[in-house]
Amino acid sequence: MPGTEGLLNKEIPVVFHGEPGGGLAVAFWATLKRDLVLLLRRRSEVMNPLVFFAIVITLFPIGISPDPQLLAAIAPGLLWVAALLAALLSLDSLFRADYDDGSLEQLLLTPQPLALLALAKVAVHWLLTGLPLALMAPVLGIMLALPAGSYGVLAVSLALGSASLSLIGAIGAALTVGLSRGGVLLSLLVLPLYIPVLIFGAGAVQAAIFGDGVMAHLAILGALLALALILAPLAIAASLRISING
Amino acid sequence: MWAFINKLRSPKWFYDISARLQPWFWAAALILILVGSVWGLAFAPADYQQGNSFRIIYVHVPAAFLAQSIFVSMAISALAFMVWKIKICDMAAAMMAPLGAAMTFIALFSGAVWGVPTWGTWWMWDARLTSMLILLFLYLGVIALRGAFTSRDSASRAASVLAMVGVINIPIIKYSVDWWYTLHQPATFTITGRAAMPLEMWLPLLIMVLGFYSFFIALTLMRTRSEILRREANKRWVRELAGEAP
Repeated sequence: MPGTEGLLNKEIPVVFHGEPGGGLAVAFWATLKRDLVLLLRRRSEVMNPLVFFAIVITLFPIGISPDPQLLAAIAPGLLWVAALLAALLSLDSLFRADYDDGSLEQLLLTPQPLALLALAKVAVHWLLTGLPLALMAPVLGIMLALPAGSYGVLAVSLALGSASLSLIGAIGAALTVGLSRGGVLLSLLVLPLYIPVLIFGAGAVQAAIFGDGVMAHLAILGALLALALILAPLAIAASLRISING
Repeated sequence: MWAFINKLRSPKWFYDISARLQPWFWAAALILILVGSVWGLAFAPADYQQGNSFRIIYVHVPAAFLAQSIFVSMAISALAFMVWKIKICDMAAAMMAPLGAAMTFIALFSGAVWGVPTWGTWWMWDARLTSMLILLFLYLGVIALRGAFTSRDSASRAASVLAMVGVINIPIIKYSVDWWYTLHQPATFTITGRAAMPLEMWLPLLIMVLGFYSFFIALTLMRTRSEILRREANKRWVRELAGEAP
């Protein structure tokens, strides 16, 4: 066929926009914005974990006792466990839609590192799940007769801790996205890894109630987040590659 | 080092060399466990506080050692598999996981049995028991993930990633659980004199630990050999081995 040869030999022009290395930030923000817009158009999906959180918290006084003193004693742990489960519930859909419609493969093909793009997706998950849960937790804390003075710590510890939860959970979500029934497996993989965050998160609220210093707990939560922030995106990227190729 | 790694790439080489190594490890395991258990159960002096019930230590401690070491060696195998694409390493990791889970269960169960005379209860949220329980969940996650994939290659790589994520988390989990326990410590129980254990109690324990390790190596070699045959069943050398015409 005439002209084919010339087409094959011709170099494909590569166009760089902006300064070299600027592509990273552009790709990060583009992914972040795209995912935010997509999720905000499906509001019910964003609301579901919050409603789940509220319902689970309602179950405990019904199942245990409406006695405020008893509830106050277990409230920090209850709030943290319920928030953790609510965040876990929404993890399964983190990469699912992108996997189904093939846009995950396009993310893999971009010249930008996949870890960075995955980090953007996790950031969206935290912004629309972890952060709202943290903001909502004090309201549910009132319902569980959480002692005064610990509400701020509850919100801050949940905001910090849920970021780690999103990062660690995304590894499990990336590993199971290719499986048709990955949901239960996902919780089996991820929950044991959540335990340190739960210990220090609930510990911070507990310490606030007893009037101890909470900074140590929050600092460790921050340290866990820093570690997860560095290592988790690499594991997420590796897992996504496995799920796409498998 | 490189020569060794390159040799590991050949399943046939490993199959031959392990055939020569295997009997030594089986013999060592048999002798050490026999000597250790007879010495520990019959001849070692009874503990001045716990009496004869302390003899559970001769099963409990080696199993607990092995439970942790197997996870680490599984993660190292997984790393070698991911970095150098050595299939033997993945086969070994796959064979180690159920053994590790079994050892963790033995450690937990013997700990529970030991708890009856020592603490007066089967289960105690003791720091060591709790981290062992979490370790069991981590093992179960790795096994379940490997079983969930239909493609063996994806299963291997996914399980490898999870094993590496797990091994990074094990020390974090362990220290946070220790910290959690000291905070919530219900009462002080010290298992008497682990550090000040007299030589005639300590020596059989050491023999048992070495025996358990030999058993682990021998069993892993044996199971890896059969896994090689299963995965390489269509290769010429395996068919020749089986006496089939090439």
